[in-house]
Parts: sequence; C-alpha cells; structure tokens
Amino acid sequence: MTYFLTQLANGLSYGLILGLIAVGFVIVFTSTGVLNFAHGSVLLSGAYLVASLQGPIGFWAAAAVGVVGAAVLGVLINALLVRNLAEANPGTAAILMLGVDIVLLTELTRRIGNNVLSIGAPWGADVVSVGGITLPTSRVVAAGLAIVVFGLLWFLFARTGAGIAMRAAAADSDTAAMMGVRPSRTGAAGWALAGALAAVAGIFLASFPAPGVAPTLALSSFAAIPAWVLGGFDSVVGAIVSGLIIGVVTALAVGYEAELHFLGRGLGEVVPYAVMILVLLVRPSGLFGRKEAVRV
Amino acid sequence: MSDLIRRGPMVLGLLVALALPLLLDDFWLQTGLFAMASVVGAIGLTLLVGVAGQLSLGHAFFAALGAYTYAWTVGDPAGQEAGLGLPPLVALVLAGVVSAVVGGLFSPISGRLRGIYLGLATIGLVFLARHLMVNLEALTGGFNGRTVEPFSVPGFSFSNAAPDYLAVAGVQFEGLHRLWYLFLGIAVLSAWLGRNLRAGRTGRALANVRDSEVAAAAMGVNVARAKATAFVISSAYAGIAGALMALAYGRIAPDLFGIQLSIDFLVMIVLGGLGSIAGATAGAVFVVALPLVLAQYSSQLPFLAAPGSGGLDAATLARLLYGAAIIAVLLFLRGGLAGAASRIRHRRSAHQRGTGGPPLVPTPSPDPSGATEPPPSQPAVSTRSEEKS
Repeated sequence: MTYFLTQLANGLSYGLILGLIAVGFVIVFTSTGVLNFAHGSVLLSGAYLVASLQGPIGFWAAAAVGVVGAAVLGVLINALLVRNLAEANPGTAAILMLGVDIVLLTELTRRIGNNVLSIGAPWGADVVSVGGITLPTSRVVAAGLAIVVFGLLWFLFARTGAGIAMRAAAADSDTAAMMGVRPSRTGAAGWALAGALAAVAGIFLASFPAPGVAPTLALSSFAAIPAWVLGGFDSVVGAIVSGLIIGVVTALAVGYEAELHFLGRGLGEVVPYAVMILVLLVRPSGLFGRKEAVRV
Repeated sequence: MSDLIRRGPMVLGLLVALALPLLLDDFWLQTGLFAMASVVGAIGLTLLVGVAGQLSLGHAFFAALGAYTYAWTVGDPAGQEAGLGLPPLVALVLAGVVSAVVGGLFSPISGRLRGIYLGLATIGLVFLARHLMVNLEALTGGFNGRTVEPFSVPGFSFSNAAPDYLAVAGVQFEGLHRLWYLFLGIAVLSAWLGRNLRAGRTGRALANVRDSEVAAAAMGVNVARAKATAFVISSAYAGIAGALMALAYGRIAPDLFGIQLSIDFLVMIVLGGLGSIAGATAGAVFVVALPLVLAQYSSQLPFLAAPGSGGLDAATLARLLYGAAIIAVLLFLRGGLAGAASRIRHRRSAHQRGTGGPPLVPTPSPDPSGATEPPPSQPAVSTRSEEKS
C-alpha cells in the first residue's frame, strides 16, 4: 500500500509538471493558433540559462533570468517568425515550429555536448518522508509551485483585464479586435506566458531525480503532448487534469512494470500515447474539448 | 507542343536518372537509393497533407510497418528471427497492403479528426511503433533489429550475386546498380499513380474536403470516408517506402523509424511545396542528400571541425542548414519549390506573350508573384472555424 501511495504521489507531482508544459501548449494554441513544436527547445533554453548562470550569480537570480529568457525567446519566435509566415495557417505554422525546434535544439546540443549540467537548486538531492511515503524535495516544491502558478493563471484569466482580453481573442479574434483587443499583444502575452511556464517546468525536470540539463530534456515536452491532446487542445483546465492523469498512469506503469511484464519493457514511454489514442477513439475532441460546431 | 515543353524537364530528369548508375560511385548510388525510397513516402504524404489537408506525424509508423512486413515475409523460416520465406515480390506487395490495412484500422480517428488535430493524434503511433519494434523480438530482432534478404525475381537477384557478373557499357552492375533501377521504376510508378489520383475523381473529392468539409458534404462527398481513404492511400505509400528503405539499408532497427523520420517526411513535402508531386520528389532528394553529402565531403570544407570537438561539425551544420531551409522556405517562398517554379514559368510565358505586341488583357494587379493561377500548393489546413475551436 505504501508502495502504491508513493507511486501515486510521484505520479501526481510529475503530472503537475506536465500540466505546466501542457498549459503552455494550450495558451500558445488559443492565442495564436500555433502548434508549438519548439516548446521543448524553449524549455531546454530556459533550463540551460539557469544551469550556466547559477555558478556566477546564484540559483535564484539564474532561475529568474531563465524564466524571463524563455519568455523573451517565445515572444521573439512569435514576432519574428510566426507573424511573418508567407501563408499563415495552422499547418504551415506547425511545420515552421519544427524548423525552429531543429535550429534551437542543434545549437543547444552543440553547446551542451555530452555534458550534463547541474541545475544547482538549493533542494539538491534531498528527500521528504511523510508517513512512509518518500518523495524528492524537488518534486514537492514543484507540486506546490505548480498549484500556486495554476491559481495565478486562474486569477489572470478570470479577474484581470489582460487575461479577459486574451480569452476574448482566443474565442473570436475578429470580434475581440473590433472591441479594442489587440491580437498582436494577446499573442505576445500568450507566448511569453508559455515560455515562462516551460522554463519553470524545465528547472524541475532537470532537478533530482533527473541528473541535470542534457539535450534529451527537450523531449520531455513531447510527453506533455498526450496531456494536451487528452485535455482537448483549447482547455487550460483540461490540460491540468490530463497532465495529472498522464502523470499518474506513467508513474504506475513504471512502478508496476514487473507485474505488467507481458506488455513489454519500457512501458512508461508508450503508455501516455496509448491512453491518448484510446481516448481519441471514443472522444475525438478530447476529455474537455468543445465539440466543433460547423457553421455554413 | 506546349505539352512536350511542359514535360521536357521531367523526361530529361528521367533520362539522367537512367544513365546515372553508369557514372556514379557507390556512395552516390547509396544516397540515390535512400532518396528514391523517400520520394515514394513523400509522394504518399503530400497526397494526405497537401491534397486532403490532413496533417500526419505517423508516417514513420507505416514506413516501419512496411519495412518489417517485408523483412518478415522474405525472412528465412529457419533464421534467427521469424520469417515466412515467401518470394520478395509478394513481400513488397504485402508491405503496402499491410500498411494500408492498418491505416484503415485507424479510420475511426483519421476519419473524424482533421488538420493538425490528426497530426497530434498520429504522434502516438510513432511511439507505439517503437515499443512494438523493441519488444516483439521474435519478429523484429528487438533493439538490434534484423537483416533484410535482398530483393530478387526468379532468375535474377538484385544483389552482388546471381548473376555474379553483369556489365552494361563496361560498368559492372552490382547490387546497388541493380537496385537503382528497381527503385527508379517504383518511384516513377508511384509518382504517376499519385498524379492520376490527384487529378481524378478521388483527388478532387479530397481537395474539396480540404477546402470546406461542409461544401464537400453538400456536393455528396462522404467526408469521413474521404479522409479515411486519404489516410489509407498515404499509409500504403509509406509501407512501400519502408520496404524500399529496408532494402537500401540491408538491416533495419527501431532507431531508423523514430519521430525524426516522420518530421523528415513532412519537411520534404513542405520544402517542395504541399500537394506537388514534383515538389515532394525534389524535397526528398534535398533532405536525404544534404546530411550524407556534407558528412562525406566534410574533410574538404575548411571551416568544419572534427565531430565531438565542440566546434561546428558536419552533422551539426547539416542540421542547422536543414532547420534554416524550413524556416526560409516558409517565410519567403510561398508554395515551396514547386510554387516558385510555377511562378517562374508563368512569368516567362507572360513575358513571351508580351513581346508580340501590347498585352491583350491589362495586368490586373501588381502582384509581385506574377502568378496567373494559384501555385499547386494549398494550405495544409485552413478554415477559420478551426482556429477558433
């Protein structure tokens, strides 16, 4: 039972980190209609900034630089590239992001090389034990911070003018523009938010039990794609809930791999996608997605 | 006559492709084989993405399916991995059929989702494929993969043996030379089929679905069925492409069929121009040849560092050029290479008409592209309602 609860807590904390990434996908998608395949390399850029600056200026200052840096990177990608597409539509934008991802990831891989850079967080490799359940401190901090961040996001989208403008632009950008909302600003805000959230997730994904910042960190954003799809593409709440589902399912698949031996080795990597495909077979627009209404 | 001029470059390209094995060394022959295998897959994907407007990142899954189906069907029943020991020609057909059938099984998803939504759903297939390839060791050889028997028809083998010595115009034709013509034949056949498919009733129905599902339904097109059909056709192409890749490599392993292969296929058709068969061909050759050629000739480029030294090595440069090419084409070249080519053609023909006297019809607008008809590419996915949903 303790083993199960440990795996469950593990999965929930991992799921909250996945939620941070998946919410970034949702916000970029709803604010600019872009399927952000470069999200992983933005995440890695943030984590790389933190790891390379934490020596000279200390972890907290480096974390701030990393989060702001990733946000700026997102805004620049949107302003310089996405808005200058020759044919602006979701398909070409998605492929553009593949190109951006390749360039960013190649450069970061060249800089990092075969090293694994330490993130230098104050919680290090500590663990917390409560009632027999042991969790890495980094995961506990991540879970707490993610919940605070989600609360702030709720406040932003529900209670502030800027957040309501973003939601209006996402719901109907033409009408919102006529009401005085500037799509260029809501788009930039969306990319900045997504970049910052990705950097926060990156810091925790590079903390213990992970060894540190390595180019493979960029792949972790792929693990959030099932969460995003499961949540229904345009729902922040859906992304958070699905992040938790995917996190728990992954942790249980890894934790009980010996019992699930008949399903093959390396089950943890494939289970999120299997869950995604199964859910899509039944509900093509995800768990929380609006069913598309077709207007003539 | 104008028809002949239009087809001129194509006929010329085909003649060059037929003559090349007489001149090239093994490195270039091998590169050509990989390129032609990818051409087949890219044509299949451009029919799905460019013509039907459905995005797919699952192309590597179907290529893997084709590759392993081929290897399994021709495999020696007494060998290390399971095999049926059937003739290679049967295996090649089966590679396409199995991929098409599995593509059909995916139709509850491929028929209902559209555009980038389908693209995301198909990512799952690639990871599923890797899991199966690593774990079904009896069939796939697991992580280390399995060898692939060479292609042959009765009395003639596409390898270095049987007949042991074969020469054309003084050049000894070994396995690579023989495979070249097999691959060229299949690539031309699939381009021809793709062209006819796009121009025919099916292709027009698919394009109609891409442009507006509601309009297509009103015209009597079964939308879900059309989308599933496009997915099945592109899966069959991917399966054949996978079998060709297996033949070109001689040994297949899970790492060959990762998400990167799906991305490569997408990049090929975007660089070439979505929906264009010639564009897919050009894009495939560029994407396949770039890293191989840079790696082969890296010692002759003075600014390149040795691999692993932290400097700019050939593989890194190839990746950077590759990414930059995608970004540049999408920002500056509407409709990819095929779009640019059609604009040049139109400008030239407009120019020729213009020299005979004053233009009969005044140019309606100072459109910088000078195109009188839209380039062959169409948006992969558009419609405003989708952006909002």
